[in-house]
Amino acid sequence: MSEYLLSVIHGEDNAVPEGTDIEAVFGAVDAFNTELQAQGAWVFAGGLQPIGAATTVDAVGAETVVTDGPYAETKEYLGGFWVIQAADLDEAHAWATKASKACVHAVEVRPFQGE
Amino acid sequence: MSSSGSDSEVDPGNGPEVDPVLDAAIAEAVRAEHARVVGSLVRRFGDVGLAEDAAGEAVVTAVETWRRDGVPPNPGGWLTTTAVRRALDRLRREQSRPQREREADRMDEASRSDALPLGVVDDDRLRLLFMCCHPALAPDVRVALTLRLVAGLTMPEIGRALLTPERTVAQRITRAKRKIAATNLPFTIPAAADLPARVAGVRTVVYLVFNEGHLGSTDPVRDDLAAEAVRLGRMLVALVPDDPESQGLLALMLLTQARRPARVVEGSIVLLADQDRSRWDRELVEEGHAIVRRLLARNQPGPLQIQAAINAVHTSAATAAATDWRQVVALYDQLLAIAPSPVVATNRAVALAELAGPETGLLELDLQPLADYHPWRLARGHLLALLGRSEEAETELRAALALTSNPAEQSEILRRLAAL
Repeated sequence: MSEYLLSVIHGEDNAVPEGTDIEAVFGAVDAFNTELQAQGAWVFAGGLQPIGAATTVDAVGAETVVTDGPYAETKEYLGGFWVIQAADLDEAHAWATKASKACVHAVEVRPFQGE
Repeated sequence: MSSSGSDSEVDPGNGPEVDPVLDAAIAEAVRAEHARVVGSLVRRFGDVGLAEDAAGEAVVTAVETWRRDGVPPNPGGWLTTTAVRRALDRLRREQSRPQREREADRMDEASRSDALPLGVVDDDRLRLLFMCCHPALAPDVRVALTLRLVAGLTMPEIGRALLTPERTVAQRITRAKRKIAATNLPFTIPAAADLPARVAGVRTVVYLVFNEGHLGSTDPVRDDLAAEAVRLGRMLVALVPDDPESQGLLALMLLTQARRPARVVEGSIVLLADQDRSRWDRELVEEGHAIVRRLLARNQPGPLQIQAAINAVHTSAATAAATDWRQVVALYDQLLAIAPSPVVATNRAVALAELAGPETGLLELDLQPLADYHPWRLARGHLLALLGRSEEAETELRAALALTSNPAEQSEILRRLAAL
């Protein structure tokens, strides 16, 4: 078993595609979470507040610098994530396919470091 | 050619009593067994890097031993057993990993009772192919990794084959191995539901390997690569017997390979029209034709099947003049309809010129200008020469000459230039 991070990639406005029924999305994500738990693949999951809520703390130098906003200036940000357990990458991809359909966003699959 | 791990390459000129015939037999046995050995080790240890290094070490040992004792009756079993021992030694040396050591001991037990059934070994080759062609790997990575792990090419050979600096190839393959390990990329043939999508990707890679063998970027031909691609094509067809495009790919490769003995003569490419058809491999032609006939009966045409059918028309004609060009053009029309590309349009124009004359072919060719594509330049030069427009023909042929790095093709273009 390996652990994978499934990241939901949101645009700046944190919006689902136009014409999407938001209630239906919530329902689909709930159903997906239930399935993850039922299959024993669930580790953790969470949705994030919009990128405007982010603060960046950099304490690498002598002084701690706190900046309002995200670290990277990009058009797309992490909107939420799942941490799952899967036997291999194909299984993780199968979960990611369901996750992407449920939350109506692209989902990035990335393994955690082992051991 | 040699085939070994990333750090150790076999040098056939270094050792006692060098016998070129024996060395060639050793090299051939090693090449033929490479994918099975690596595949078998990946299955046992789940670690591509370890599998490849151990296979490389086994090859070095094999060359030493076989030079003394000759090639054993089951070189694949010999290499696999030796490689498994090397891998186990390596795992034991990594004392920081007691868990792995226990696993190694367990596997050692298993390997002693394991008689290496050949059916499973072939299955490992196929799994290796699917692992190399996994969609999580970028297409250029899939090709490089397949050439390395399945076809057993060395880094310099892959670099030459892909016209890519050796360093870049090495980086690509290293990154791929890291990703395979980090993501736990499965060493399996995909589930039935995922198979059709994955088979399409595998077909593409197999066809690229074949093309590299059929018309190498640098060498005139790489028979070993073409033969490897045909082997992989046969495995694919055995795995998905109901997939007409995989059958089409196999037929296409067989019918192309059949013409190989007549295609390169004295280091120069002989064009289809000028080939000595008695030198074609009739057995391969018959096999290819039989597949095409079955595919026609199924009537689910795809691009590879149509290309196979075009090759079947060519190989059915006793002489170039007897070619059924009307059927060839009709097949190209069908191909253009389902898989349009400037390359297909170029080929169609050449066939059309045979049917309706060089002028018509030239008009058709100029509808899709492909200045950087040497077959287009070559076709244009050919048609211009037929029309007696020698100066323009020379310009086109010189452009074609500059665009190809294959010496056999260069030689043919020079011959045409001289004939103008």
